[in-house]
Amino acid sequence: MNGIRHRLIFATLIILGIGLVWLARHTVDEYILSIINFVGIYIILAVSLNITNGFAGLFSLGHPAFMAIGGYVTAILTFPVARKSMFLELHPLLANLQLPFFPALIIGGACAGVTALVVGLPVLRLRGHYLAVATMGFLIIVQVMIINWDSVTRGPLGLNGLPALTTLWWVYPWVVVTIYVSWKIKFSSYGRQMLSVREDETAAQCLGVNLFKTRVAALVIGAFFAGVAGGLWAHLVTAITPASFSLVMAFNIVVMVVVGGSGSIAGSFLAAIIFSVLTELFRPLEETFDVYGIGEIIMALILILILVYRPQGLFGSREPGILLAKNSR
Amino acid sequence: MNTEYIAQQIVNGLILGSMYAMVAMGFSMIYGIIRLINFAHGDVVMIGAFCTLGLFQVLGAPFPLVALVVLTAGALVGILIEKGAFRPMRGAPQVTGFIASLAVSIMLQNLGILFLTAQPRNFAFPDYLQKVHHVAGVSFRVVDMGIMVSALILMCGLVLLVNKTRLGMAMRATAENIDVARLMGININRTIMATFAIGSALAGIAGLMWGGKFGQIDPLMGFVPGLKSFVAAVIGGVGSIPGAILGGFVLGLAEVLFVGLLPPIYSAFRDAFVFFTLILILLILPNGILGRNLEDRA
Amino acid sequence: MLEIRDIHVYRGQTYVLQGVSLEVGRGEIVALIGANGAGKTSMLRTISGLLRAKSGQIMYQPDANGEKIDISRMSAERIVNLGLCHCPEGRGIFSQLSVRENLLVGAYLNKDKQALADDYKNVCEIFPILGERSDQAGGSLSGGEQEMLAVGRALMSRPRLLILDEPSLGLGPIIVDNLFAILRQINTQGVTILLVEQNAVMALEYADRAYVLENGRVTLSGPSRELAEDENVRRAYLGGL
Repeated sequence: MNGIRHRLIFATLIILGIGLVWLARHTVDEYILSIINFVGIYIILAVSLNITNGFAGLFSLGHPAFMAIGGYVTAILTFPVARKSMFLELHPLLANLQLPFFPALIIGGACAGVTALVVGLPVLRLRGHYLAVATMGFLIIVQVMIINWDSVTRGPLGLNGLPALTTLWWVYPWVVVTIYVSWKIKFSSYGRQMLSVREDETAAQCLGVNLFKTRVAALVIGAFFAGVAGGLWAHLVTAITPASFSLVMAFNIVVMVVVGGSGSIAGSFLAAIIFSVLTELFRPLEETFDVYGIGEIIMALILILILVYRPQGLFGSREPGILLAKNSR
Repeated sequence: MNTEYIAQQIVNGLILGSMYAMVAMGFSMIYGIIRLINFAHGDVVMIGAFCTLGLFQVLGAPFPLVALVVLTAGALVGILIEKGAFRPMRGAPQVTGFIASLAVSIMLQNLGILFLTAQPRNFAFPDYLQKVHHVAGVSFRVVDMGIMVSALILMCGLVLLVNKTRLGMAMRATAENIDVARLMGININRTIMATFAIGSALAGIAGLMWGGKFGQIDPLMGFVPGLKSFVAAVIGGVGSIPGAILGGFVLGLAEVLFVGLLPPIYSAFRDAFVFFTLILILLILPNGILGRNLEDRA
Repeated sequence: MLEIRDIHVYRGQTYVLQGVSLEVGRGEIVALIGANGAGKTSMLRTISGLLRAKSGQIMYQPDANGEKIDISRMSAERIVNLGLCHCPEGRGIFSQLSVRENLLVGAYLNKDKQALADDYKNVCEIFPILGERSDQAGGSLSGGEQEMLAVGRALMSRPRLLILDEPSLGLGPIIVDNLFAILRQINTQGVTILLVEQNAVMALEYADRAYVLENGRVTLSGPSRELAEDENVRRAYLGGL
């Protein structure tokens, strides 16, 4: 019985969401609509980072790198052929290809996932803060490569004039998919494996959990969704530059996961909304009053306060009670 | 590619390395005593650089006074960072301390942007320091030699302090075993604070040197020295002061030789190269050249 | 000299000491025996300030005619200052410091150079091997030598009450005999000793009184000769001899 009630709650939420999207598109102005789109993308980023950091306990600062990979791949694939030859020198196979949005996003995400696999195999042998620094290194290396691989990425100028394909009708379903996949993972035996690795490695090993494979999987899945988010981002801003995928962005997404509660999907969801709205609110403020940097300062301050006074964040690693079915508590 | 060119590169590498060693020493001291990466260490270098700029160019203060103020400022910032971010994190998981120090770093950078704007400023030492000398086919500026000499003096000073003084003994004991150190009557809060103060003072002075060497400073400049000090410390064996010194020189030499000996196309990859080296070392030789296996603090 | 009144101690979520009271009289050697996990180490760590009791009092009277101080809320550093010295489980030698430095750090709170030199000489007389190895790293010593270093280091602080956590652990019988003889000698010179031991035979032989700790509670106490005769104690801790 509870399983049905559970499904009903989710179905209601999803339909409600669809209703809200329709409402937003028909009432709200362009500017606010774009903010809602950004919020949606940040939700995807936070929830996917939660899989890597929260479920498996891997502290990864490399998320923006996966975003960048996904974003650039998607952009190159959706770029009209004529423009491609103007800006880039690509392999003839790519140069003559133009794909619709959906396959481009999937391929972008897949490329990010494959990169995660390749990078993860050596790097995930590190632990704790060493892993964090290594992922930071990965981020910087990717940034440097993008800046220098002009023929494919146009270097620091980036690609612009991308088709504005991202709309709320694209973002919303991906948000739902990301949350759904997260939820399924968390409450599956596989997810319990991941969480066990995070809680107590020794005990997990004794139970036969393959630590390494679990870690790699967490990284790859998180990377896939980050890649998709990157593709959505690129076609929202209609441009993609290496500067967008910086350590500061990595920090911001980490703040969302930590403040929401590392391991909690609802937590990442809420915190992503709060912080992306905050960032968007601060942007015009900073420009008007010439107080650049104040938004980041406040975010950093909030993080430190949370770490000191409520280190488990909003929800700890749990989900709020109403959403849980009886047998998955 | 003749011997003169190589000799020049080696001298350049040593000068650069002595600066890296300065920052790495402070970093390693702090890591050794609390087993946490102080991500904000590089930003103390930035603060030191801007203090120097302000005192020199705006107030026209004499050099010894500037050095003193910078040392003090660095120490104070270090104490603030310890009290504000690290002391509350004691006992928390390793990664939590890391995020906290990352947050402090971002705060400092953005405070810099807020009050100083992101514009790079020119750092011009008085002319007599810019004078170039030639010795045995190798050329260097007075300021470069000054950097190396003062760095070496400070290194010796630090090693003496750590090994021959009562405070140094307390620092080494605390670094090895906090509980037993407490049982000796050592006030660990004060000892840790002193470590932060000294390490950060060194970082501040390194900021003065950094500005003198590269001629330009901006609020975001802390990232590079922070990163390099970490890499240097890891190369030499994190937690070990002689290791940090060794690692600093190795890194300085490697960087200069990498840029000097490889074709110019690759020089843009300098940062990536540094990180790549770091990851390699963490994977292959995690204890560095001189390091011991430091266990996590429980 | 030391009176522990009904302390309750938690280590994380575990309830390790469930209302323990005990006394150590001035000039005595008191032993605390019990199996692994009974709470003996937690007891000592609570006394020396590394652990904090949730409730209860620890009354310490360093001077015979002085006041009694409740040290249950005091920091470890300040407790050392009152002449209470804890020789921890596993010895706690600083392996990176030399033998001499280990001894000097024991007297960290003593800033009088002359007194320090005198104390150093005294300790080296009691434990000549330490003088011989004074420049070697603490970690390079054998188990028995490390125990001597630990006790020597404790003596450097001129303790009035010395608490030792399993001094005989991992040491051969001859060394243990030697060690305990030295402890008795220190005791006759005025140092009160509280001793935690798994080796109940040795402990009961040298101590004046003893307490038996089981699962966080004191189950037996009394003069050590009586406990050594007690049926239950014999069966549980003395190998049924």
